[in-house]
Amino acid sequence: MLQVEDLHVSYGGIKALKGISIEVGPGEIVSLLGSNGAGKSTTVRAISGLVPIGSGEISFNGIRLKGMSPHKIQRLGLAHVPEGRKVFANLTVNENLLMGAYNNHDKSDILKLLFRFFSIFPALNDKRQQLAGTLSGGEQQMLAIGRAMMSKPKMLVMDEPSLGLAPLVVSDVFNVIKQIRTEGVTVLLIEQNANAALKISDYAFLLENGRLSLEGKGLELLNDPRVKSAYLGDTNYKAVFDN
Amino acid sequence: MDIGFATQQIIYGLTVGCLYGLLAIGYTMVYGVLRLINFAHGDLLMVSAYVAFFGIVIFSFPWPLAFAGAALITGFIGILIDRGAYKPIRKSPRISALITAIGVSFLLENLALVIIGGRPKPFPIPMLFEGSLSVGQVKLPILSIWVLAVTTVLLMIVLAIINKTRIGMAMRALSRDMETVSLMGIDVNRVISFTFALGSMLAAFGGVMWCMKYPAIEPFMGVIPGLKAFVAAVLGGIGNVTGAAIGGLILGLAEVLIVAVQPDWSGYRDAIAFCIMIFILLTRPTGIMGQKLPD
Repeated sequence: MLQVEDLHVSYGGIKALKGISIEVGPGEIVSLLGSNGAGKSTTVRAISGLVPIGSGEISFNGIRLKGMSPHKIQRLGLAHVPEGRKVFANLTVNENLLMGAYNNHDKSDILKLLFRFFSIFPALNDKRQQLAGTLSGGEQQMLAIGRAMMSKPKMLVMDEPSLGLAPLVVSDVFNVIKQIRTEGVTVLLIEQNANAALKISDYAFLLENGRLSLEGKGLELLNDPRVKSAYLGDTNYKAVFDN
Repeated sequence: MDIGFATQQIIYGLTVGCLYGLLAIGYTMVYGVLRLINFAHGDLLMVSAYVAFFGIVIFSFPWPLAFAGAALITGFIGILIDRGAYKPIRKSPRISALITAIGVSFLLENLALVIIGGRPKPFPIPMLFEGSLSVGQVKLPILSIWVLAVTTVLLMIVLAIINKTRIGMAMRALSRDMETVSLMGIDVNRVISFTFALGSMLAAFGGVMWCMKYPAIEPFMGVIPGLKAFVAAVLGGIGNVTGAAIGGLILGLAEVLIVAVQPDWSGYRDAIAFCIMIFILLTRPTGIMGQKLPD
């Protein structure tokens, strides 16, 4: 469904990605793991057209995305939940969701999508007319995911959805991701929380310093010591993790 | 000072204030979306004045057609300014855009000077806007009634567009986070063009009414009203549409009333606006209705 081949991206001379190739099949949950600065965000930002591609190819359902602007990529059915949630703080909860369905002109369809969202997140139903900036972090994350789902995407790219959330809310977020997959939406997930991500992933890629260092099935990587060392940059990971 | 005189001055102040307000709304909308002070905005007043003038005098169009044409053409020029001057430097530091805006302003003024010439032209005021009503000892110019009515209606329309429509929702979202708006499948440049068109059309309405009040049109006629409208926008809280209208009214009233009370100061009329601006920037930089924005 999504193919990334030998992707290179640089920011003003600094090479952020040095040849990344990943593939995401339809209906899968695929995780992109790695420590801070490994290039995870850059990879998905390049996929969504937010940063220009140096060299390499990205294609979505056979369509080349190179040079395409973000709004056109979204219209192909590739929605992006940005890092840090980025809800529109000065818009109401309802308006945030409508922003997600901006290009949908079928009013009854939009109502159906809103109804579905509020049936999954009833807590937000009472806050429909509240400004999104007043919501808690967890609520904002749910809103950001819901907003992306309002466009009825074929694939959802999520950048650090659990970042900065309380542990209980984090498990809610992962439950929602599993639920999204059951609706037939493919998910590309960026996570620092490697264990939680690997448990729900079909496949995962590990990034280190702008290169892929490891890939494999989610459950197989779960106990792979190399995943842990990639995060810690330290061979004494065992001492940290196992006590 | 008797009550009749005071009422009279307030009417004059409100009239000028509405014109500042109309212009200030355009400033504030563009600032809200792009964080850019579009210094060329005041010159759009001059553009619309000339378009209306040529429509009536050269092409002998009936005035409603000439005025509508002025609004449409000015709106279109607003879009052209954005596409030609600001869009190519959208990702550059904000100071580049600010300098570009000043450059566009000079370009428009001097283009008009070269193409049309610097001699002031008398604006043909349609019959409908001439004359005045007398209420007791107070003279109520017909034009003032028009200015107040048109400004009120336009302000309502703009507020309805911003708060009730899809594109207005996108404009509000864009004012905080352009990148995430593009992730919603929204063509950011189209929303920006719409903002420029809307703001420029308001400037055009302000422009034709301005030259019915001060009926001499020349290439630099937009400079002072433009600067004052900028002060009005800052006074009201830049980025806030209602604030811009209120700022315009306060500025217009202040100018007229201070001179009415102190006729000796009439030479300092324009200085009043800038004193107000300095005072606002020192005491309440966010203006009357403005809120702190994350930078």
